[in-house]
Amino acid sequence: MKGLSVENLSVEIAAGGRLLKPVDDVSFSIGADECVALLGESGCGKSITALALMRLLPEGARVAAGRVSLQGEALFDLPEAAMGEVRGGRLAMIFQEPQTSLNPVMTVAEQINEALAAHRKLRGDAALAEAGRLLEAVGLERDRLTAYPFQLSGGQRQRALIAMMLAGEPEVLIADEPTTALDVTVQAQILALLRDLQRQRGMGLLLITHDLDVAKDMADRVAVMYAGQIVEWASRDSLYAQPRHPYTEKLFAVLPRLERRGERLDSLPGRVPPPDARVAGCRFAERCPAVFARCREEAPAFHEAAPGHFARCHLAEPQTSRPDAAWRNPGSAREPSRIPPAPASGLQSEVLSVRDLAVHFPVRKGLLRRTVDHFKAVDGVSLAIKAGETLALVGESGCGKSTLARAILRLLEPTRGEVRVAGEAIGGLSGEALRRKRAEMQIVFQDPFSSLNPRMRIGEILEEGMAALLPLAAPARRARITQLLDQVGLPLDAAGRYPHEFSGGQRQRVAIARALAVQPKLLILDEPTSALDVSVQAQILNLLAELQAEYGLAYLFITHNLPVVGYLAQRVAVMRAGRIVEEGAAETLLTAPRHEYTRLLLDSAPGRGR
Amino acid sequence: MLDYLIRRVLYAIPILLGVNLLTFALFFMVNTPDDMARIHLGAKHVTAEAITRWKSEHGYDRPLFFNEQAAGVAKAADTLFVEKSLKLFALDFGAADDGRDIAREIKTRMWPSLAIALPTFLIGLLAYISFALLLVFFRGTRLDTAGVVLCVALMSISGLFYVIGGQYLMGKLWHWFPISGYQPGLDAWKFLLMPVLVSVVASIGDSARFYRALFFEEIAKDYVRTARAKGLSELRVLFRHVLGNAMIPILTGVVVVIPRLFMGSLIIESFFGIPGLGSYTIDAIQAQDFAIVRSMVFLGSLLYILGLVLTDLSYTLVDPRVRLE
Repeated sequence: MKGLSVENLSVEIAAGGRLLKPVDDVSFSIGADECVALLGESGCGKSITALALMRLLPEGARVAAGRVSLQGEALFDLPEAAMGEVRGGRLAMIFQEPQTSLNPVMTVAEQINEALAAHRKLRGDAALAEAGRLLEAVGLERDRLTAYPFQLSGGQRQRALIAMMLAGEPEVLIADEPTTALDVTVQAQILALLRDLQRQRGMGLLLITHDLDVAKDMADRVAVMYAGQIVEWASRDSLYAQPRHPYTEKLFAVLPRLERRGERLDSLPGRVPPPDARVAGCRFAERCPAVFARCREEAPAFHEAAPGHFARCHLAEPQTSRPDAAWRNPGSAREPSRIPPAPASGLQSEVLSVRDLAVHFPVRKGLLRRTVDHFKAVDGVSLAIKAGETLALVGESGCGKSTLARAILRLLEPTRGEVRVAGEAIGGLSGEALRRKRAEMQIVFQDPFSSLNPRMRIGEILEEGMAALLPLAAPARRARITQLLDQVGLPLDAAGRYPHEFSGGQRQRVAIARALAVQPKLLILDEPTSALDVSVQAQILNLLAELQAEYGLAYLFITHNLPVVGYLAQRVAVMRAGRIVEEGAAETLLTAPRHEYTRLLLDSAPGRGR
Repeated sequence: MLDYLIRRVLYAIPILLGVNLLTFALFFMVNTPDDMARIHLGAKHVTAEAITRWKSEHGYDRPLFFNEQAAGVAKAADTLFVEKSLKLFALDFGAADDGRDIAREIKTRMWPSLAIALPTFLIGLLAYISFALLLVFFRGTRLDTAGVVLCVALMSISGLFYVIGGQYLMGKLWHWFPISGYQPGLDAWKFLLMPVLVSVVASIGDSARFYRALFFEEIAKDYVRTARAKGLSELRVLFRHVLGNAMIPILTGVVVVIPRLFMGSLIIESFFGIPGLGSYTIDAIQAQDFAIVRSMVFLGSLLYILGLVLTDLSYTLVDPRVRLE
């Protein structure tokens, strides 16, 4: 058959005496000029599946069963030397992190030529000419051949990587989260490039993604993975018209959208079963809203719920219905629960006001390191946030939004401008006064894996700020820790445990609790959900909304994710090159943008169809 | 680049001055010039007169930092610190306490030192890296495990054992080489081979394990996965990609010692009777010859700083991201 077919693939990893099965009985196929998306949250086994196809599994992992054939040729039967010709030749793969996926000490030309030499026996001038053609095919100038990776932007690096992988003229290209690390406008360009290349070259494309919107824009067919298995397999149109597996439905339900403002987002309770768990029945049973007795006893088979639309669910079996069939019926569906609005009293007070704030970094040159120029990271920004209000600060990487946050908190000294928190200018504060003021303004960072001190227990992390900034005695602090853990939905025994014992979502709850501990009025949220899966993101967004309603907190929500902005923020400020280019109410700005750059951002967001 | 070099040379001045002051202060905290004179004169002949004479002959009759008897600039200049320490900045090493010219000693003794240190350095580097790459190529197999066990065993043995063991086996039992000694000219190789061999073997455990760890860190990186995904052979991945990038941390440890090679090795030279700068330093320490010790410490610091500058320069050769400005 044409294209790539995967039958009953299972991967095992032996780790510390346990046998993990991150991929279990996975089957799918990619037609010769088709795009298939492998969709799932982190840890579901989608990347391991791809590496298994390439026979590039990390050490300790092995293919336990299954068959992969490329145009009818069984890849797992090939000797390693023959596989070396297939890998990077007929079957190629690009990766998520353009920052680290290229060899930093080799030029683009050297890295492309390696592949040309290996697969097409091209050397010297012929190779160089072909490398130039490949660069042009991926939308880069020929003169980029002599560039080193550090001289390229993230998007350019991803293009260069694609050029390297096209060098072997692949029949199937695997793209593992190719745009996850990129800005939204660059993401749109790279996705368009991949789509064009796929069509022009009649190439199969396996797109691995966690993003429902990206899959919708790109794929012809979609395989949804959960806990090592494919749980749903359908054409894109059929899947997006009506998902048949409760997990897929949940994935749609947890997405924040402008239309869902003020609603509590649906969430996915519980956790994915660990890859060494022996689950007798359905792996999703413990989290499934439609679960019934049979789900816990018998593992569901793949059923064709509609023509060409398969789901690994008992409910997709034509004869089966749940004893109580009402769970999915829209008529009886519970009204989405609403988050109570913040109490109106005292909300008019301005918590944060920023006037003409600028942060310039000196550029030094020469023998005496004289300042020859300034890099204007933040260049005259003004904004204001009232109590109980969320202002979203939107912009792409390098626009200065994180620098702005640090300048507001006086974690770095602004060049000029004024910041007032709760009416008091913080520019003139120093020493004890500034430290006391810090209790009123707190920040939650993007990466919950590196922003908590790994050698401190959760209780210590929460207590540290209180001990420094609040006049609380030790027993009162301990009582407050209990209260905080409860508020952010963590078990009470968490206080005695270390960060590594918690998942990403739980750690972000710890980070939020840490910020809340000192009773701030202003919370700066710097991409607080970007490192999290969508189901976890929904929980964190719900938590943030509840906390805001309860305490009338002012949020400065820094993000690049426009749907989150629409869901959470009352007002939006769009930042570019150190300046705010447009500011306004969320509904207006997101539906009728005035500035060209805002329009570009909105148009680049995936999920608007092709 | 030129800016950078000039700045580094300027930085070096206060560092060397500090080293100078520190060695000077340390030495004279332990030893007064009177003590030195006593040691050199020997216990029998010590009279106050002899001490005074020895001090004035060797220039130790001045105060340490401040001369109240002198006038004007000489108040600061006519002191032990300026006479004995600061002159080093002009590479004026002066005479040792036994009267011999230190500069001339350095010039003759650096060649035997270099004759051992340079081959040890080059052969060692090649051996350690090859051995480490071999282990990495066979990673996860029994060969790798055995290699690591061997490394740990080798690094657990004291360096002196290799010296004595080598002398016993290769010198006494097998009669391959003379046990110790040195002879200038073409026959020197007979005396050099064993010290070189012993030095290389003595540190192969340590170094191979260190390089193996470096390669492992590199091999786990994303660009190596990309190289494999291109369909390159494992050998090409190792040599072109892993080694190319691992050169950056390797150079950090390696280039810095190059200028100091001709200062020789203290232990090896003493045990094998090589008349190099290493054994010169050891002898001077035993004889409490401050003039030689401070010269060697100063020279060592100077060459260390030079080594650091060379390290920075070498980065520009292997890492295109580094630009010195």
